Amino acid sequence: MNRVVITGLGCITPIGANVSEFAASLWAGRTGIAEFGLLPEAVEGQNGIRFNRMASVFGFDPDQHLSTGVVTATNRTTQFAIVAARQAAAQSCLMEHYAPEDIAIVLGCSCGGRSSEEIETAKLYYRNARVHPLTVTRTMASAGGSHISIDLGITGPVMNLSTACASATHALGTAFHMVRSGMSEAAIAGGHEAPLTFGFLRAWDSMRVVSPTACRPFSADRDGMTLGEGAAMLVLESLDAALARGAKIFAEVVGFGMSADAHHITQPQSDGAALAMKKALKDAGATPDQVAYINAHGTGTQANDAVEAAAIHKVFGDRAAKIPVSSTKSLHGHSIGATGALEALATVLALEEGRLPFNVGVTTIDPEIKLDVILNEPRPGFQDSGEPDREIALSNSLAFGGLNAVVALRRYRLA
Amino acid sequence: MCEESVEQCCIAIIAKSKLIPADSVTRERTFEELEIDSLDKINISFDIEDAFHIQIPDESISNLRTVGDIVDGVLRLQQHAAVEPAGSAL
Repeated sequence: MNRVVITGLGCITPIGANVSEFAASLWAGRTGIAEFGLLPEAVEGQNGIRFNRMASVFGFDPDQHLSTGVVTATNRTTQFAIVAARQAAAQSCLMEHYAPEDIAIVLGCSCGGRSSEEIETAKLYYRNARVHPLTVTRTMASAGGSHISIDLGITGPVMNLSTACASATHALGTAFHMVRSGMSEAAIAGGHEAPLTFGFLRAWDSMRVVSPTACRPFSADRDGMTLGEGAAMLVLESLDAALARGAKIFAEVVGFGMSADAHHITQPQSDGAALAMKKALKDAGATPDQVAYINAHGTGTQANDAVEAAAIHKVFGDRAAKIPVSSTKSLHGHSIGATGALEALATVLALEEGRLPFNVGVTTIDPEIKLDVILNEPRPGFQDSGEPDREIALSNSLAFGGLNAVVALRRYRLA
Repeated sequence: MCEESVEQCCIAIIAKSKLIPADSVTRERTFEELEIDSLDKINISFDIEDAFHIQIPDESISNLRTVGDIVDGVLRLQQHAAVEPAGSAL
């Protein structure tokens, strides 16, 4: 089986329109969570929403990146996907080194072209207006992968996975297994989402899990999640091929674990999350003792953070309280099907740069969780620890419906 | 707005939401006994807000334990709305 490495990164997010901007925000703790004011669809001057903050991608002009034809045919989520994939492919020089049929695209997108669907449905239901002829292609969740394949000329396997908040992590793990097994020589893996529509925000408001302030994962006074949007893409290929062509290697993907809670459609359960982490480590041929950082799902809800902490304790036992943990959702928000890709990107940057992202907004760490939550500033990690075998990071995604996905990444060093 | 008493209306909403007979829902019954979980509480609160034209604060929902808690909470919010200008119930 191939060792699999990451040789290209791309993103468009609320904290950066490319990887260098994203990294700068990550290390500075610059959050993309901001007040959104009165929405265009507000009725009688009221949004009718209890919260007033989200994490948006500001200033994105699709016409600067895409032809008029593509802009017309696509929703914002697909536009994000194309732009982020181009960045990742360009950085790795992917198309120059692989035949189009040897590259796969595996993406996570849960909501599809949400704004297109809402706008056209409202026109139809309330005005009996004609529906735009491109509504189908704008709204299908697989459109991102299709458009990337068209844009870059990739003819290998292309698919979209929809597992709610774990979609992109399922996609990254699936792509990893495809490259590891040799099914595909290389892959673009990641996620994209643009779900911040009036209907979506109102739906989440009705669930009462969105923070009226801002997402503060693992804080004692946490009061919910903050919704976000964006895309992140990673190029995967075999270590041998990357070395042979002299590609820059950002990190190694070493394991992938999946599980289902089989419990409840919204309430998470620690056994399922623990099982996914254990499976990721087993897949990596690693032990819990080798983990030096966990990028938590960390939504900032009471339920998720308590359950995820309990799961970490189940997997790591006495060491659980000593493993640095953070949730970068406090910076980029929760972009549903894309969020696992943004968090994998943050984890790759942590491995490459040897420092760990931190939580923002935490007032007091919840004493019940008993974890080493990174606060206030990045912390050195993965290096000079005197423990050369402790160089694995986990990126957790724990979705509504109890669908869990965890990727294990390792710092890459030249042998 | 419900035509019956607040209590009868709350009971009807809970019974309909949980697909259980209305006579099995009494003030004293706890959510645990009626197998009302956190998601059910959100659903029931949503229907009650619609029925009574009130807004139930998040923190109130997390404190609900019994059918009586819901009925009393609705009565309190109605009284509050009666003495405060419209829209200030939260």
